[in-house]
Parts: sequence; structure tokens; C-alpha cells
Amino acid sequence: MNMRILGFASIIVWACLALMPVAYAGAQKSIIVQSTTSTQNSGLFDFILPLFKKQTGITVNVVAVGTGQALKNGRNGDGDVLLVHAKSAEEKFVADGYGVKRFDVMYNDFVIVGPREDPAKLAGERDIIAALGKIASAKTAFASRGDDSGTNKKERELWKMAGIDVAKSSGRWYRETGSGMGATLNLASGMNAYTLTDRATWIAFQNKGKLKILSEGDKRLFNQYGVMLINPQRHKHVKSLLGQDFIGWLTGAKGQAAIASYKLKGKQLFFPNAQKMTH
Amino acid sequence: MGDFSQAFQIAFNLLWSMDVELYSIVYLSLKVSISAVLISCALGFLIGAALTVFRFPGRRVLLILFNALMGLPPVVVGLMVYMVLSRSGPLGVLGLLYTPTAMIIAQTVLITPLVAALSAQVLQELHHEYDEFFRSLQLSGREKLMTLLWEGRFGLVTVGLAGFGRAISEVGAVMIVGGNINHVTRIMTTAIALETSKGTLSLALALGIILIAISLLVNTSVALVRSKAKEAIYA
Repeated sequence: MNMRILGFASIIVWACLALMPVAYAGAQKSIIVQSTTSTQNSGLFDFILPLFKKQTGITVNVVAVGTGQALKNGRNGDGDVLLVHAKSAEEKFVADGYGVKRFDVMYNDFVIVGPREDPAKLAGERDIIAALGKIASAKTAFASRGDDSGTNKKERELWKMAGIDVAKSSGRWYRETGSGMGATLNLASGMNAYTLTDRATWIAFQNKGKLKILSEGDKRLFNQYGVMLINPQRHKHVKSLLGQDFIGWLTGAKGQAAIASYKLKGKQLFFPNAQKMTH
Repeated sequence: MGDFSQAFQIAFNLLWSMDVELYSIVYLSLKVSISAVLISCALGFLIGAALTVFRFPGRRVLLILFNALMGLPPVVVGLMVYMVLSRSGPLGVLGLLYTPTAMIIAQTVLITPLVAALSAQVLQELHHEYDEFFRSLQLSGREKLMTLLWEGRFGLVTVGLAGFGRAISEVGAVMIVGGNINHVTRIMTTAIALETSKGTLSLALALGIILIAISLLVNTSVALVRSKAKEAIYA
């Protein structure tokens, strides 16, 4: 009998403990930002969010997933702000009434990395379309995110421009990992494959193995990040004031300066390019 | 590949330096999984005992079902719980998504079938032994159920540990419903996944080593308590 009472008591204690942080999180000012793996894996958030918290007292909780999933979660109302990198998908998100207004925040670029031996002879090829053509005709392994993320959307767009139907080669030289940028880089590094990655994740990535940058600099490799508030008219619980504070900070002087000052291994990872906010 | 020795060194350094981040992640991991195990045991033991004691139509089907659900994929559980707790889902108004509570719910859904199925097995064997005894005393169903749970307590602790093992080690479900938010819903397994995706493999492995050590510690302490309790009874 004693055991049973003890058992029930411990269950109640644990239940209280389990609920405690929820009550605590409700008491302080916080928002949920749906964002991408590149902004998290590169350490940008770890650098700028403490600054934002210090200046405003608002805690930003980041859920880092691919852009496709972030947009889907945003559509469901699971978050307050969206910070992603797939401009046309973002514009559609706003046009469909799921977001309020989209603002440019920052940019960097994509690069093609591949094995040092470079079997497809890519090195020095600035034209991204030509570079992809070389990979396709050499039929050397190419790791694709295959997860509808911002990077994956960009990559599919580029293949399309090159007039190459990669779907036909799926499972042969074209390999879709269906996972995040880091996981895909791990895989590329493991099987000496080429892949398209954003520069920030690449610089921060620590398991490069024999991979190196082989093609970069094409204008079409531009990578724009945008931020928007999830529409509070559609989802009543969205913390629009706190969310606006964050968006205003990010696109304002202080946030832009913070983004510009984030450096890793001496390199700037993101370049602020917000327009002046018009309220 | 110096990664292994490096990982052990990092693990040791993290533990030794009482890294606050690490300890809060460990604490949350334990809190979520132990909560889920306690709730699952409360439910699963009762289900297991009821399936043992009572005879009703559909009982066999239920037994098979719970056995099959032991292999429930964590990602699927995560996805289902996400769809229920999402702001657009039926329980969205509660605002539980991306909280530790959501993670406890997901793990509870994941391991309750396991606890129910294994405890049914433990209790059925016991029931076989006690059958004549029960008959001679003409116990009611409820009394039989309580007796079985009490007499089978040592076996049931092992069942609970199996549930704990599955809960503490899974990553698929908590990643989706918790969101791996730093300082809020980041636990050992999601931290390992994150470090792996950053390519910091040694740190990821170090966290893995610590996770195994914790699991070992929990199992050892439960085993010790159980053997002490057994001694107290049979000595």
C-alpha cells in the first residue's frame, strides 16, 4: 500500500515539475521564430539573439528546420515570426494571407563544394550553369538536400536553368538526402560528392574532410533572407507586438549592425541589406 | 581517426567543468523521459493487468495490437502529436507545441504500448502461477488485478526500465514536437543531432557517451534498490 501512495506522490511531483517551465515561459516575454538550419548551424542566432534580448528583454526561441517545413509550420500558426530564404515562396506565403509583410534582412551566397580531386573538372568555373552541366555529364555523385528547403529550391531552379532533368538520375549520381545542410555535407564528405551549400553553413561546418569550394561567384548564386510576421488575423495567438519588435530590430540599424559584425574564422557570414523600414 | 579518444576527453572535460549548459540539458532529458515513463507505467501497468485478468471480446486483438505498437516509429508519433498540438490542430488552443510538456506527451504515446504489452506478458505468467490460489480465495477481478500488480512489482520495474530506455534514446518524436529550442526544449538526443549536423562530431560523440553513462547510472540505481527490496522480503 505504501508503495502505491509513494508511486502516486512521485507522479504528482513529476507532473508539477514538468509543467513548471511552461508557466515560467508564459511569464516572460518570448516569441517563437521558425527559421532555417543555416542561420542556426552558422552560429548567427547564438550571436545576435543575446544582443536583442539585452536591448529589449525579449527571448527569441528558434525552431530551426528547412525553409519548406518552416513555411508549413508558419502556415499552421506554429510560431510568431518567420526568417527564411526562398523569396518567391515567401512572397506567396504573404500573398496567400499567412504572413503580414515580407522584409529583406540579409544575404550571402551559395557555393558548389566537391572533392579535392575534382573528377568533373569544376575548379575555377564561375558559370554555375556550366558547372552543373559538367557534373551531369561526368555523372559524378551530387548530394542534393531533397527536402524542399531554401537551398533545395535554389538548386532545383539552377538544374532547370541548365536544362537537366535530375529526377531521371535520382538514386544514381544524383542523391537526395532528405535532410538538413549539415547532414548533407556530412554525407557529401563521406562519399566525396559535390553539393550546393550556403556559404555560412560551409564556413561553420567542421567535418569538411576532402571537400573544398570549387565553383563560386555567379550572380545566380545569390542567397537572400527575408523576415515576416505570421498573420495575427489568421492566428489570434500570434504575439504581433513582440514579433514586430523583433522584425523592426532586425531590419533596423542595431540589428543590421549586429548581423554585419558576426564573423567566424575571420569571415563575415551574412551581409545586411534591409531597406529602410516604412511604418 | 582521433575522433574517439578526443570524444572521451571532451566528455570528461564537460562533466568535470560542471558545464551549466550540459547539466541543464541532462536535467531536461531526465525530466521529460522520467515523466513519460511514470505516466506510461501508470497507464500501461493497468492495461497490462486488465488484459491479464479480464476476459472480454477483442482482448486478443488488443494484445496483438499493443505488441505491434511496441515498434511504433518515433517520427510517426512525433508527427501525430505535432498535428494534434499544432495551432491548427484540435488541441492547438492549449499552446503546448514546442514545450517540454509536448515532449512528455509524445514519449508517453511512444512507450505506453511497450509498457502495456511487456507488463501483460509478465503478469500473464504470474497469473498462471496464482490461478489456483485466486480460485480458492474467490477473489474479485479488481482484487486479482491489485494482487497481480503488487506481486509482479519486481518484474514490472524491469518493464519500466525498458520504457525508460526507449524514451531517453529517441530523437525523432521530440525533435518535431519540441523543436530543439535552445534552453527550452533541447535535450541530449536533439543536441547530439544538432552537433552532428554542424560537423562537430567529437562533441556529438562526447554527448552520446554522457547519455550512455546516464542511462547506465539510472539502470544501476534501480537495480540496487530492487535487490535491496528483494533482500528485505526474502531474507
